[in-house]
Amino acid sequence: MIVAEQKPLVEIAERIKEANKVLIVGCSMCVTVCLAGGEKEVGVLAAALRLLRAQTGRSLETVEYTATRQCDQEYLEAMAKIVTPDIDLIISMACGVGVQYVAERFDQWTIPALNTKLIGGTLEHGVWEERCGLCGDCVLHKTGGICPIIRCSKSILNGPCGGSQNGKCEISPTTPCAWQLIYDKMAKLGKLEALLTIEPVKDWSKARDGGPRRVVKEDVAL
Amino acid sequence: MNDWHPKIVAFCCYYCAYAAADLAGSLRLQYPANVRMVEQPCSGKIDPLILLRAFEEGADGVYVAACVEGDCHFLKGNIRAKQRVHQLKRLLDEIGIGGQRLEMYNLSSSMGSRFAEVAREFTARIRSLGPSPVNPENIKPAVRLTEEKR
Repeated sequence: MIVAEQKPLVEIAERIKEANKVLIVGCSMCVTVCLAGGEKEVGVLAAALRLLRAQTGRSLETVEYTATRQCDQEYLEAMAKIVTPDIDLIISMACGVGVQYVAERFDQWTIPALNTKLIGGTLEHGVWEERCGLCGDCVLHKTGGICPIIRCSKSILNGPCGGSQNGKCEISPTTPCAWQLIYDKMAKLGKLEALLTIEPVKDWSKARDGGPRRVVKEDVAL
Repeated sequence: MNDWHPKIVAFCCYYCAYAAADLAGSLRLQYPANVRMVEQPCSGKIDPLILLRAFEEGADGVYVAACVEGDCHFLKGNIRAKQRVHQLKRLLDEIGIGGQRLEMYNLSSSMGSRFAEVAREFTARIRSLGPSPVNPENIKPAVRLTEEKR
């Protein structure tokens, strides 16, 4: 899932200081799971902003709404009737994708309430870690299911490097060396010989550089 | 300001603080009358929305009274409440209300005198802090809309 975290409250409050009525839109997908922008977080942000504003002698009107998915036009259409002209500003509590979809669909100025951090999973309740670097050319079959692109600080394909010490990465004693993890896993799988193959330089043209990537599935196109 | 009586809301767990309040009453113990109690099935029932709502409706101070750690009827409710209170104190600091207007206390159902002491202690704290900076008249009611099912 996409993992995000809320921006500091004062930063959001500063951006909405001119507005009298705001719509706060949550998203029921990834940001609900990572407890950053779901229905509950929408409620807490709305209450916090109302309380902050009330101290200035003015009041803030908030409308709370949580869309099934902000990154899908159909759910924004379902939301269209609540985006009335008296709403001065929309605060999107989705990832960067949701914010852009809302900004594109509606005329109101849309601002993000979250910082989109990473694509990852839950380590324990309240802790999420990055697991995919979106390189566009998955190599997990070669590395025992451990991603060297994002879990190795240098994204090297023929590791480990000299900074691997006692199974940890030199960047921090709490960060495991991805290549140590890969070695251990491949040893357990009995596939250590596969690591003897030298990986050529990765084709990064399938990764982020070169404009927004697009995926087309022609058989489902209408 | 000496005759000012702060509005204080106490979210009390049914298994400890609520019973302790009963005991304090049976013992004829005196504690400030400005503490409004809200019974909770467990302190783990409280969440930031409820506590913020109290401040929106004009509370000058809010406290959560939970069972002694390790004695929660539902095992971990009071630990969860502690984490939420801790987090919300930081949010209240950001909001400008101040985290010291929110507190968490642990007591058992047999601690009637401690219950009265907590009420006095917290009331004294809020009296020294003065009224909440939030004027409830500047709070517009929350509007919550839900997606239409298709």
